[in-house]
Amino acid sequence: MKKLTLFCSLLLLLALLVSPAAALESGYEIDYSDSVDWNRFRGQNVTLNVYNWGEYISVDDGTEDAYDVNAEFERITGIQVVYSNFATNEELYAKLKMGGSQYDVVIPSDYMVSRMISEGMLRPLNFDNIPNFARIDEQFRTSEYDPTGAYSVPYFWGLVGIIYNTTLVDEDDDVFTWDILWNEKYANNILMFSNSRDTIGIALKRLGYSYNTTDEREIREAASSLIEQKPIVQAYVMDEIFDKMIGGEAALAPYYAGDAIVMMNDNPDLGFAVPREGTNIFVDAACIPADAKNPEAAELYINFLCETLVAKRNAEYVGYATPQAEAFTYLDEETQNSVTYPDADVIAAGEAYIALPQATTTLLDSLWTEILSTGEASPWITPIFMGGCITASVGINVYKYKKKMRG
Amino acid sequence: MKKRFSFTKIYTALVFAFLYIPIFVLIANSFNASKSRTVWTGFTLDWYSKLIHNETILSSLLNTLIVALAASVAATILGTAAAIGIYNMRTLSRRIVMNVSNLPLLNPEIVTGVSLMLLFKFMQMEFGYVTLILAHVSFCVPYVILNVMPKLRQMDRNLCEAAQDLGCNQWQVFRKVVIPEILPGIITGFLMSVTYSIDDFVISYFTYGATSQTLSITIYSMTRRKVSPEVNALSAIIFVVVLAVLLVVNIADIRRHKKEVRR
Repeated sequence: MKKLTLFCSLLLLLALLVSPAAALESGYEIDYSDSVDWNRFRGQNVTLNVYNWGEYISVDDGTEDAYDVNAEFERITGIQVVYSNFATNEELYAKLKMGGSQYDVVIPSDYMVSRMISEGMLRPLNFDNIPNFARIDEQFRTSEYDPTGAYSVPYFWGLVGIIYNTTLVDEDDDVFTWDILWNEKYANNILMFSNSRDTIGIALKRLGYSYNTTDEREIREAASSLIEQKPIVQAYVMDEIFDKMIGGEAALAPYYAGDAIVMMNDNPDLGFAVPREGTNIFVDAACIPADAKNPEAAELYINFLCETLVAKRNAEYVGYATPQAEAFTYLDEETQNSVTYPDADVIAAGEAYIALPQATTTLLDSLWTEILSTGEASPWITPIFMGGCITASVGINVYKYKKKMRG
Repeated sequence: MKKRFSFTKIYTALVFAFLYIPIFVLIANSFNASKSRTVWTGFTLDWYSKLIHNETILSSLLNTLIVALAASVAATILGTAAAIGIYNMRTLSRRIVMNVSNLPLLNPEIVTGVSLMLLFKFMQMEFGYVTLILAHVSFCVPYVILNVMPKLRQMDRNLCEAAQDLGCNQWQVFRKVVIPEILPGIITGFLMSVTYSIDDFVISYFTYGATSQTLSITIYSMTRRKVSPEVNALSAIIFVVVLAVLLVVNIADIRRHKKEVRR
């Protein structure tokens, strides 16, 4: 009897192993490729820890044709995905540097990829397991941040431009230049990024310097131009830009192209312009940490992200630009022609961030603090207020004491 | 006199408005058709239906609840035992131990978070459920001690001796006399632990791992793009649930009180 059970279970296992084709049927307009054996890890109880930006993958949102990338990956491979999110590159860096976090797939931005490569935190990928890499657009297959191309596979890319409100900005004014953010006509109607690198970067570009300059004189010049600009800036913000621009509370704001589309959908008065001085082009790329437990399963996951169907669904959900060339052809025409996918010359004028030396980062941070603190209420206000408080409390006590003595 | 009364009323109303208007704005926004927080484009229940399907938010909610319950149960047991031990110490050592146990309450969360992270790293532990729960236990225990201690002080010491006179052994005294006397303190301590654990962001931020992301961290990670209105829907549900629990508990309390008065 025991033997029979064993035989039956073996038979069942065999049946599971030889029927990989059955699991591939997607039921969507594009099929999954059979570039790799998706069932390699089925039944082995493999768990994959994926660490990605928040709101940066297609999930089941309850609509009829929703597509859940992680659930689909689990379905066709039998690998369990544990998905978690981070908000900044620095947060990701800290988690990985600390060790003991066991991530298998992480998605840092370009400059963080190069920093992590130089610190030996990433593992070279085995591209035999990622045949879909060939589907990545040629211009994204080689990069400055990963010179050997051995560590990363692009996931999304995008660029920064100026979002402007056509009802508030004069038609005659040129929005295709960073100069417009310094135009006093729009005093109190300009928003800026609330982080040192992006904001000082814009000032550097406006003056014709590189985003990645390490020249202290250039950086200081940019910072002083930002101090000049400060009186006409309404606020330094990040995602509040959505509300302010949609609600028409500001006229001009630099932000990402993929998010500009979201705002333009909600407020048709908005437009998007990429300054001709050049702008920041960023790439977020999938990598495997050096201490990953399941590098092969991670490569399978990265290969899955590069599937045409998956990349297309992700691009539709997230709204940023996909570097997967085939997925791009499946997008609807309106998206293909939108500001998310600018012309080649715009991309050529763009510049990616690279990791800066420590001294420059420190300089940026201290100048940023200086920018934020200038022009704030007079430095005397706090001491005067404190003095007032102390006098009042002493006065009250003296008064009470006198009253007590009298009574 | 009447004038003063209306002034009190206005003042109270203002305080409550200050406390509750943000929550009502959030609840209203959870029904807003647009993703925007400032423009109202129409009523919808979409965010609620999207929430039910959102694996990321729901699994982190589940993580939050698991961690809160596990940590609170552990902290309650530890804290109660500690409180009883401290209560039976001599005055000087009791004072010292109480002060030491209160220190973590005053310690800035970020210091606690970083030091716990360094400790776990030093012990070569893998970041995940275990580290997260241990961290939460460590900051919940002082709250339990703080809540149980006054109940112990209120308790009549003679009760224990009387029970022993009547033939109870140590364990029976503890179970039948001490525990019922301090039970309200234990329950408050437990509830406070649950609240603080669900609330916590800073300490969790330093101690979570690949498998144990809590709700607060998930919401924080959305800030690069935009916090999705599903979070509004979830917050609205949490608020209503808490409100319902409070109402039920209070009504039960009032009823019990009335019964006791009648007796």
